[in-house]
Amino acid sequence: MPIDFEVPEEIKNQSNLTQMVAEQVMRKYSRYYDEHEHERPWEYINFIWPFMKSMEAASLKRSLRQSQSNGHGGPSSTHGNGKKKVGSFQVSMIHFIETLSWGDAGIYLCTPSSALAGAAIQAVGTPDQKERFLDRFTQGDPKWGAMAMTEPHAGSDTSAIRTRARLDPETNEWVLNGEKIFVTNGKLALEESDGILVVWATLDPELGRAGMRPFVVEAGTPGVTITKQEHKLGIRASDTVSIVFEDARIPYDNILGDPELKKAETKTEKGFKGAMKTFDASRPWVAASALGIARAALEFTRDTLAEEGITIPEAAPYHQLSAIQQDLLQMEADLKAAWLLTIRAAALMDAGESNSLEASMAKVKAGKVVTTITQKCVELLGPLGYSREFLVEKWMRDAKINDIFEGTGQINTLIVARRILGYTRRELK
Amino acid sequence: MYTFDLTDEQRMLTDMVRRYSDRILRQVYREAEEAREIPREVIEQGWELGLLPASLPEDYGGFGEYSVLNGALIAEELGYGDMAASMELLAPNLVASPIYLCGTEAQKQTFLPLFTDVVYPKVASALLEPVVLFDPYHLRATARREGDVYILNGEKAMVINAPEAELFLIYAHDEETDSTQAFLVQGPTTGLHVGDREKWMGFNALKTYRLRLEDVRVPAANRLGGDAGIDIQRILNSSRIALSALGVGLAKAAYEYAREYAKEREAFGEPIAHRQAIAFMLAEMAIDIDATRLMVWEAAWKLDKGQNATHDAYLAARYAADVALKVTDGAVQILGGHGYIREHPVELWLRNARSLSTLLGAVTI
Ligand SMILES: Cc1cc2nc3c(=O)[nH]c(=O)nc-3n(C[C@H](O)[C@H](O)[C@H](O)COP(=O)(O)OP(=O)(O)OC[C@H]3O[C@@H](n4cnc5c(N)ncnc54)[C@H](O)[C@@H]3O)c2cc1C
Repeated sequence: MPIDFEVPEEIKNQSNLTQMVAEQVMRKYSRYYDEHEHERPWEYINFIWPFMKSMEAASLKRSLRQSQSNGHGGPSSTHGNGKKKVGSFQVSMIHFIETLSWGDAGIYLCTPSSALAGAAIQAVGTPDQKERFLDRFTQGDPKWGAMAMTEPHAGSDTSAIRTRARLDPETNEWVLNGEKIFVTNGKLALEESDGILVVWATLDPELGRAGMRPFVVEAGTPGVTITKQEHKLGIRASDTVSIVFEDARIPYDNILGDPELKKAETKTEKGFKGAMKTFDASRPWVAASALGIARAALEFTRDTLAEEGITIPEAAPYHQLSAIQQDLLQMEADLKAAWLLTIRAAALMDAGESNSLEASMAKVKAGKVVTTITQKCVELLGPLGYSREFLVEKWMRDAKINDIFEGTGQINTLIVARRILGYTRRELK
Repeated sequence: MYTFDLTDEQRMLTDMVRRYSDRILRQVYREAEEAREIPREVIEQGWELGLLPASLPEDYGGFGEYSVLNGALIAEELGYGDMAASMELLAPNLVASPIYLCGTEAQKQTFLPLFTDVVYPKVASALLEPVVLFDPYHLRATARREGDVYILNGEKAMVINAPEAELFLIYAHDEETDSTQAFLVQGPTTGLHVGDREKWMGFNALKTYRLRLEDVRVPAANRLGGDAGIDIQRILNSSRIALSALGVGLAKAAYEYAREYAKEREAFGEPIAHRQAIAFMLAEMAIDIDATRLMVWEAAWKLDKGQNATHDAYLAARYAADVALKVTDGAVQILGGHGYIREHPVELWLRNARSLSTLLGAVTI
C-alpha cells in the first residue's frame, strides 16, 4: 500500500450524519448536562442507540467470522492468497469519536455500547464468550459495557490490584471480593441497563501480573454494589462510579480467554497482556476524543477572533504574524500532528499490524495537545473564554481527562520510551 | 484509504539514498565542515544517483516523474546524512523544479536537459535577500521592463554555487505586475556581481555567496513562465516540503545518536537512559519526529494530487523547523558536556537545525 491520506469513502458518507448528531443532540445540551451532573443525556442515548446496535452487530459478526477462520479474533484476517485484508473499522471509529466529542466529550462517553468491555472481550474472549456477552448489544433497550481495573491504591500500577477472584470448587463459580473505583459507565452498565462489566481481578496477589485475569460480571449479580458516584472537574455527563464486590459469584465460564488461563497455577502474563491489547484500540479512541474537543475549542476561538478581524493567514512571513496568529497557527499544527499520529495508530490496527507503540504515541501527543489548546483558547478569549456563558471553559475542563485515563501522559510516554530504547520495565521504571 | 507504506520503488530509492548518506556523507561531514568545503567527489557520487533526472519525465530527458512526495523521502534520507552536502546536492533542484513547475514549454525544452546530464549542473538560484524582514511575496530586488528586456537590480544572499554558475534563476519584484517573478539569467553577464563567500553559524561546508545586481539586462523571453509569469506559491510549496523533510532527517539523526549514547553512558551506576528524565526526552523526540514526517507526507501527497496544500505545507514547515531545533538541542543536552565538543556531531546538528527557521521562515514562507 502506498502512502495515502485519502479519507475512505464510507467515512465520508457517514460524516454528515455524525456531524448532525454532534450538533443536535450533543452540543445543544452540553451546558445542561455539565450543570446537572448524574442526569443522563437521553436525547443522545436514544438517538444513537439504533445506530450503535447495528454497529455492534456488524462488529460481532466480523469478529465471530474471524475467530472461525483463524482461531482468534482480530481486526483483520489473512486471505488464502497471503495478502492482508485491510479493514477500516478503527479509522471509522476515530472519525466517529472525534466528531461526537466535538459535540460533547462527556455525552459521548455515555454512548450505549459494549465499549471497553467489548474491546476486552474482542481481544481475548472465546467465540462463545463473544456470543454470550456481546449479543445483547445488538438488540433491545440501550445497554452499556464498562471496564474496571483501577482501585483506590492501584491506578497506573495495574499489577498492584487486589480485587480477588477465588474458585469455589463446590459450585464451580468464581467469587469476587474487592473495590474498584473510577469505573466509567459502571452504574449505567450494572444498575440502569442489562449491561456487563469486565473486572480485572487477581487469582493470587503474590503473583503480580501473572495472577491477573479479566472476568465478566453481568448486571444484577448479587454482591455487586455501586457505592459512590463521583463529582468531577469535567466530562460531568459521564458516569464515574465506585463498585464494591462482596462475595459476588459469577459462573466459571465468565473468566475471559482460553481455558488454560483459568488455572491459578498457570503463571502466565497472558491475562495482563490481554489488558494491554485492549489499549491498542482504546488509546487511539481516547486520542480521537481529545482531538474532537481540541477542534471544538480551536474552531470557536478562530470564529470569535475572526469577528474581530483576526484571521489565520494561509502562509505568511513570520514577521507579519501577530502573537495571536502565531498561537492559532501553533494550535492548528499541533492538532494536525496529533490527528495524523492517531489516524496512523488506528490504520495500523485495521491492517492487522502491531500498533502498541503508535497507539501510545498518539495518546501522549493528543493528551498534551488538547490540554494546551483548550487552555490557550480560554486565555485568548479573555472574559469570553473564562465565562460559563460559552463552552470554552468547559472544554478545558473536559480536555484534561484525556491526559489521565487509559494510561496517564507519563505512563504512555514511559511505554514509548521503553519501546524505543528496547528496555524492560525493570530497566526503565 | 489511510496507508503509510512506501512502494517498492520508493523503498529502493530511499535505501539507495540512505546508503549514500551512511557510507559517504556521514564519513566526511566533520572534515568538510572544518575545511569549509565538500569534497568534489562526494557531490559527484551523489549526482550519479540520478535523483534529479528521476524526477523529470522523459519528454525533458529525465526517466521518471515529478513527485513532491518522493522528493520528501529523498530529502529526509539526505538530511539524515548531512545538511551541507544535501543542500549542495539539491541546489540544482531549486532551478530545475521552478522551471518544470512554471516554465513555458520552450523554456522547459531549452533548460531542463541541463539537469539530466551526467555532470553536476552549473546553476544557481537566488531568492533570499540579506535583510531582516525578508518577504518572498514582496522582494526588494526589482525587475523593471523596458521594451523587450527586464532590468534587474538588488542584492541576493545564500546563493549556492554562484561563482561557477552559467545559469541563474533570479527572483525579483516585477514592478509591472506587482508580484514576485523569476528570471533565467545566463552568466556571467554585465552587472551581475558575485560577492564574497558567506559565513554561517552552521553548514560551513556549503559554499554560498552574495549576489549584487546592477542593471542586469534579461531578455523578456527569459522571464520564467513567459507572459503568464510564475505562481511563486507553487514554487515555495515544494521547496518548503523538501526543506521540512531535510529537517526531519536531521532531527532523526540527532535523536538516534542521543538514544544510543544514552544507553551507553553511565552515571550513578547505570545507563542514563534508565532515568525517566532522559528516556522521556527521547520518547518525545520520537513522537514529534513521527508527527512531523506525517505532516510533511500529507502535504506532499496533497500537492502531488493537485490539491491546494499551501497551508498544510506551511504548517508542516513550521513544525519541522521547531522540532528539528528542539530535538537537536535535546541531543546536545543528553550528551551533556560531550555534546558541546566538536568531536560529536550533535553540536553541528544543532547549528544546522537553527538554520531551518531562517530558510523556511524566510526563504520559503
Ligand atoms: C473520569 C475518570 C474515568 C475513569 N474511567 C476508568 C475506567 O473506566 N476504568 C478504569 O479501570 N479506570 C478508569 N479511570 C482510572 C484511570 O485510568 C486512572 O486514574 C489512571 O490510570 C491513573 O491512576 P491514578 O489515578 O491512580 O494515578 P497514579 O497512578 O497514582 O498516578 C499519579 C501520578 O503519578 C504518575 N506516575 C505514576 N507512575 C509513574 C511512573 N512509573 N513514571 C512516571 N510517572 C508516574 C502518573 O502519571 C500521575 O501523574 C478513570 C479515571 C477518571 C478520572
